[in-house]
Amino acid sequence: MDKLIYLDNAATTSVLPAVVDEMIPYFTDGFGNPSSLYEFGQRARAAITDARVRIAAHLGVDAPEVYFTGSGTESDNWALKETAFAYQDKGRHIITSSIEHHAVSHTCAWLEKRGFEVTYLPVDAEGIVSVHSLVDALRDDTTLVSVILANNEIGTIQPIKELAEAAHARGALFHTDAVQAVAHLPVNAAELGVDMLSASAHKFHGPKGVGLLYIKKGVKTRSFMDGGAQERKRRAGTENVPGIMGMAKALDLGMADLASRAAHDQELRDRLIDRVLAEVEHVRLNGHRTQRLPGNANFSFEFVEGESLLLTLEQKGILASSGSACASGSLDPSHVLLAIGLPHEIAHGSLRLSLGEETTAADIDYTVEAIKEVVVRLRAMSPLYEDFVKGRKPISAVK
Amino acid sequence: MAYSDKVMDHFSNPRNMGEIDNPSGVGTVGNAQCGDIMRVYFDIDDAGIIRDVKFKTFGCAAAVATSSMATELVKGKNVQDALKVTNKAVCEALDGLPPVKVHCSLLAEEAIHAALWDYAEKNGIAIDGLKKPKSDIHEDESEDEEY
Repeated sequence: MDKLIYLDNAATTSVLPAVVDEMIPYFTDGFGNPSSLYEFGQRARAAITDARVRIAAHLGVDAPEVYFTGSGTESDNWALKETAFAYQDKGRHIITSSIEHHAVSHTCAWLEKRGFEVTYLPVDAEGIVSVHSLVDALRDDTTLVSVILANNEIGTIQPIKELAEAAHARGALFHTDAVQAVAHLPVNAAELGVDMLSASAHKFHGPKGVGLLYIKKGVKTRSFMDGGAQERKRRAGTENVPGIMGMAKALDLGMADLASRAAHDQELRDRLIDRVLAEVEHVRLNGHRTQRLPGNANFSFEFVEGESLLLTLEQKGILASSGSACASGSLDPSHVLLAIGLPHEIAHGSLRLSLGEETTAADIDYTVEAIKEVVVRLRAMSPLYEDFVKGRKPISAVK
Repeated sequence: MAYSDKVMDHFSNPRNMGEIDNPSGVGTVGNAQCGDIMRVYFDIDDAGIIRDVKFKTFGCAAAVATSSMATELVKGKNVQDALKVTNKAVCEALDGLPPVKVHCSLLAEEAIHAALWDYAEKNGIAIDGLKKPKSDIHEDESEDEEY
């Protein structure tokens, strides 16, 4: 397959050449350990200190509040677990949403097994958490609220500032998983008023294996890794110097042209959404029409199954993602799609297309034509579609 | 997903996909909640030979490929021999399935059994060794929903 249209930028992004160039010296000539006292090591320390200052500036926070981690998942684990335990004398109640990434939702489940109580806020049909529902759920023993800034599947953007204010009004801390949002939306942790924020470099053209956690000054969290004194004694382990330098460079570049990239992504996203909704029957857009990530489109095609859709699109050179159970290896379709109220069989037919700056209008038009063809082909094969056309009762209603 | 070339071939070019008007037997198994539904149609002659078979499947590549392969394996056989086509045989004919997908091949076997059961009922015959399908969800006005 010569043609390759990568529409899975929410899964990961390409590492920009300038980012690779930035990283290489820290593998080669400047490989020193930042904890070494001699000049050779201290040069590496100076480099990551500079990276921390730049990253902090982009996020609107102070450099000592930025902690480097190994991934967005690690940042989420740290933020939730160690804060929950640090504040357990005050209370053992945590609030999150029902559409979190597994890095948060499975961490909450882990905490539940250890005696914490977790409230999962519902979302509306477009995937938005209401401030009202948070206000109702907050209790005196609530210590932490965690809500994803922009959802990884359906792209919905949450009213984080208002949610954080509501949490603070009841004395709870607020964490947000901003992994999909950083460098795609203008994310300023100080303006959002959050206490903790997770991000991951490979979602914005940086390297894999490096992330960050912003922890506001004054927030108690226990150390996540025991060992050396790295990351202000909160996360031991020799720093991933090339990764950190790559992340800082990627964020510099991403923030520099954020507005124009977002406009580009959004224009193509809207072209994709408008065409698919107009030209394919029995399809729905998942997530909010406008309050969504600039590059995210998520559809459910009735009567077809997501993995078949993905594999057939792949044969046409289009790489995308699905919330179907088969695509994920579990038995249930995506919890996010179920949370917005989709029936199982429709959730199984979901397709996520996540655009990036390399995406062109021609790519979108090719993709729309491919989707139309593939959906027709798979529906011809579908007993659900046959029953629909013949006016039979839907199979899912029979049990 | 690491599918064999055979699986991808049967997924991309499914054999016997379609419907049969006035089938001798039809069976639908699976459940939309799990994301797999398979329907098999048989045209069986007076001698009990499966003259034609068609399928429709809502499901992943493994489900489509096993449907396609299962119909290939039963086509031209008499109903007794068709009963002996197991999910294991279907898997082997496809050069294997990833472990998480093996359950899809059970559905193909069940769909064949459900369609044979429907054929036996319509003709008032008993097929030796055929048990009433557990999960036939085929919608037919004349059928009662017993479970």
